[in-house]
Amino acid sequence: MKVAFFSTCLIDQFRPSAGLAAIDVLERAGCTVDFDFGQTCCSQPAFNAGHVAEAKPVCQRTVDRLYAQLANGCEAIVCPSGSCTAMLEHAAGLLGSPEAREVAEKSFEFGSFLIDRLGHPDLGARWYGRVTWHDACHGLRDLGIHAQPRILLSRVHGLTLVEATKSSQCCGFGGTFSTDLPGISLAMADEKIDELETLNIDAVASADFSCLMHLEGRLRARGSTIGVIHLAELLASRDAPR
Amino acid sequence: MTHGGTGSIHNLSATEFHNHVQDALANVELRGALARGTSTVQNRRDAAAASVPEWEDLRTRAAALKAHTLQSLAENLELFEANAIARGAVVHWANTAEEARTIITSLANDAGGGVALKSKSMTSEEIGLNEALIESGITPIETDLGEWIVQLAGEAPSHIVAPALHKSREAIHRLFEEVFDRELPEDAEGLTEFARLELRRSFATANVGISGANFLIAETGSLLILENEGNIRMTTSMPRIHIAIVGIEKIIPRVEDLDVFLRLIGRSGTGQAITVYQSLITGTKRQPEDDGPEALHIVLLDNGRSELLRNETTAQTLACIRCGACLNTCPVYRQIGGHAYGSVYPGPIGAILTPLLVGHASARELPFASTLCGACRDVCPVKIDIPQVLLHLREEIVEHAADTPTSIEKRRAFKWWAWAMTSPRRYAFVGFVARCGAHLASRFRAVQSIGPLRGWTVGRHVPPSPPKSLRRLMRERERSQ
Repeated sequence: MKVAFFSTCLIDQFRPSAGLAAIDVLERAGCTVDFDFGQTCCSQPAFNAGHVAEAKPVCQRTVDRLYAQLANGCEAIVCPSGSCTAMLEHAAGLLGSPEAREVAEKSFEFGSFLIDRLGHPDLGARWYGRVTWHDACHGLRDLGIHAQPRILLSRVHGLTLVEATKSSQCCGFGGTFSTDLPGISLAMADEKIDELETLNIDAVASADFSCLMHLEGRLRARGSTIGVIHLAELLASRDAPR
Repeated sequence: MTHGGTGSIHNLSATEFHNHVQDALANVELRGALARGTSTVQNRRDAAAASVPEWEDLRTRAAALKAHTLQSLAENLELFEANAIARGAVVHWANTAEEARTIITSLANDAGGGVALKSKSMTSEEIGLNEALIESGITPIETDLGEWIVQLAGEAPSHIVAPALHKSREAIHRLFEEVFDRELPEDAEGLTEFARLELRRSFATANVGISGANFLIAETGSLLILENEGNIRMTTSMPRIHIAIVGIEKIIPRVEDLDVFLRLIGRSGTGQAITVYQSLITGTKRQPEDDGPEALHIVLLDNGRSELLRNETTAQTLACIRCGACLNTCPVYRQIGGHAYGSVYPGPIGAILTPLLVGHASARELPFASTLCGACRDVCPVKIDIPQVLLHLREEIVEHAADTPTSIEKRRAFKWWAWAMTSPRRYAFVGFVARCGAHLASRFRAVQSIGPLRGWTVGRHVPPSPPKSLRRLMRERERSQ
């Protein structure tokens, strides 16, 4: 199956390893990945901040390019971010065109694509350590992503998945919220990290790098050694067997 | 802190809001009380909802009932009025908060003035009723324990269901000892017993009892009022005159419609299958009844509500049954508490209702005090899509609210952002600059307080940036293949 890979601006610029990992996993699962070098951003930062007039042209351009990839033989759009995938779905309402609706219908978050569309492929992943899963808000509540990453992680050899009671609580990033109301943003991160520190884990994992970036920033400021890791990085991992 | 200005339900400017947020975050006792209070109620609510297999079906039905009723709001209200009058009530229509205050203070004075008993009514807070009563020489006494506590403290309620949620038991103990000038037990039972005895003294002396209502029933002209303490029973049956102030959106068509709402509201608000008392009040006593008030006055309040019906997105806000579930689940509310919002209605529902009622000019900060996480939408028993309304308000405010230095700066920043994001080369350039800036910030403290980085670095580290972007790595991969 040929798929369009929507890398997202954050992963493209600040966590390319997660992007490479996701592409590697998709190829290992039998997909041909079509990478558009002209892609930029889903427009979520502006849209969520109420700057719809600024968001629209960016959103339109992104949807146009994704639609062109669909028209050119891609059967789906795969995106390593729950929130960006949710934004592509909101784009249908924002732009109101049949093309935008088709892009919305065919967009999938990376982990749920593997489970829901490719049917649980065996990826031969190996990662040794204890990890807890953070259910990023848009992925969880807009896209219903909950079981899929847990199924995928249960198949990673050597990985111990520890559940946090606050796994589905917002990390406090919220886009411009993180810098407009930093006190609250940090307090929300602290509430989650207070629990993380009781779990004896090596890392917290998620399908959303925005959350991980925010949590990592706070973890380091608190002197914690807990790492942050993207779902794709775990699934692409081929640590040497112990 | 009381809500300033009679009839204003929001009284904070942007700077004050940010200051109040800072104060709340620094208040360790408050945050402890909030964390304990909200998590206890949230857990009870979750357990109660999980125990009802048809929970989601109930929510869908409740949402549909409210939407349908709101579509013919005027007709339903007129039917209510006719039926209420037929059973001996007097119905007053108050377009504004000021009209409602005037009506109620006149009625209370006509009844002889003196003490007016009050049962908990957020609508009465909304119109600033207590201040108006005091100004006209009447003494309002709150009979709900939480409301009585905040009244003694000279504060406003901080939660729409649990007014004193922000106070720990220790704080309440200190308050009682200070106000009544004596030593009192420290345990919850002892404090409650003391409050009960104090409140009992007031019940016998009042001419007037003022309540709200949870539901108005058009079919019978009835009020339905829910409570746990029994004070509403006292307030609405012992004094000669009962005045009820109720928002027009509280109306439902038939008695049997209560079934859906009563199964949802207790569980959503406190985790109870049903509240201890439910009072269905229809008109005044008639032969051979001899208990109860001589007169029932029902004040129907608009105060900006009907304006919300114009727009499908905002109209859903009127479905709210004031259960408080959204406050209890909100991770932002849990950190700052109700007073920081500076509004009678705090939390997620307050963040949408307040700007819609008072106009976003004076409440422009509230829709942005959210990460749009959607936890509130998940627990709302009438399925209000609060994030959708928040986004609508954000767009409205960005487009129509008066400029401030911050809003001008933001608009400029997003215009630059859009310019960068509509071209892959500009995007790559801006991304490169951002990574350089972040990398410098990760190594040099001085860089951390520059412009946009300051908001981030105030409590977070900036990790070293990756040297190459994904697209650069993909180019290289392509070339090597």
